[in-house]
Amino acid sequence: MRISELVLSLGLEVAQGGYADREISTGYSSDLLSDVMANAKADGVLVTVQAHKNAVAVASLVGLAAIVVCNSRPLPDDMVEAARNEGVAVFRSSETAFEVSGRLWALLHRP
Amino acid sequence: MSAMSPLPISPETGPQVVLELIYRLKVRDAMSSPVITAATGDSMREVQYRMRDNGITGVPIVEGGRLVGLVSMGLVIEALDAGRIEQRAGELMTRTVISLEDDMPLAFATTYFNRYKYGRFPVLDRDGRLVGIVSASDIIRALLVAMNAEVERLEEKLSASASDRPADGLVRLGFQVTRFDFENAGKASAEIKKALKGLGVEADIVRRAAVASYELELNQVIHSEGGSISCVAGAGRIELAAEDRGPGIPDVEAAMTEGFSTANEWIRSLGFGAGMGLPNAKRVSDDFAIDSGPGRGTRVRVVINY
Repeated sequence: MRISELVLSLGLEVAQGGYADREISTGYSSDLLSDVMANAKADGVLVTVQAHKNAVAVASLVGLAAIVVCNSRPLPDDMVEAARNEGVAVFRSSETAFEVSGRLWALLHRP
Repeated sequence: MSAMSPLPISPETGPQVVLELIYRLKVRDAMSSPVITAATGDSMREVQYRMRDNGITGVPIVEGGRLVGLVSMGLVIEALDAGRIEQRAGELMTRTVISLEDDMPLAFATTYFNRYKYGRFPVLDRDGRLVGIVSASDIIRALLVAMNAEVERLEEKLSASASDRPADGLVRLGFQVTRFDFENAGKASAEIKKALKGLGVEADIVRRAAVASYELELNQVIHSEGGSISCVAGAGRIELAAEDRGPGIPDVEAAMTEGFSTANEWIRSLGFGAGMGLPNAKRVSDDFAIDSGPGRGTRVRVVINY
């Protein structure tokens, strides 16, 4: 599944669409940035409620492909700008992290 | 919402003196207190009078000491327009209120003003009680007072500093880290990552170095009075050194235990303070040494071989 396919499949709002479209291998759900640093895999999707630019910094450092911010949390302009500079896709969902993670898991594991 | 031009101060690119100022000053140093508030049962008319009588443009709505909403001048005007001025504030207020904490550095407040374009932010204490309100003019006043003092101090001791760096084939990088500067947090690590990639170091090693430097950098932002991160890389070896100006770690063994954290609530709300920083840094290191104690700074040295 490619980053761009997430938008339709999960009904996401595109907050930062300046990214190189590529395959997503996995996802990681966490709001603790050290936990993301330690455990998230490259080319994965971060499902989180942390809507600030430090989440982008962590995503970029570990090579994550996209961030999905849940619960319709407002996205600060500087977060979107940081993501644009780093080429990290940022999406927003009105669903909870639990719902987004569940649906993402099903999408990535469908036969 | 009020259309407002951004505060012409940047927590990222300003002069060092100004940066130190906005991270040293707390929101409580600038906020107005006590706050003029209204209850959910008060009418919009009542709120309008309170604005007029006090010369303010926003009134937090409070229930039992807790902030539950906010009525801005804009909402009052809308209510007047729609003939709903006798309606209760609780029905027409904005419920999604973005607030600041009194303990946050002033830099957070300046960033919030530029980020959210609201005219004012309610200020809560660590227990969630409404303790103040801060407007852009409150911030400008507090900054001017502090800058005047700072300029006086600088005029008294104008000193010059010089630095030179020898070149011996190794890549050397050095970064200053400022307490609570979450705006620039991660920049040192990003630069180190870029430099290592430039050296042609393989991706997995780069990631390990990025994890270690990010954790050490964030530890300085969160816990220290400020410090520095340096990186020397080349010839199969990456050495990271983090050195700060205190206050030092009372129990290093506890700090090295996963889950142990002394971070406060608002730092945790940003996703930090998981108690994984030092253990993460150690895990990705081939060689890890830490030296710290109360009353002196903390020094951490990380070596990753490739």
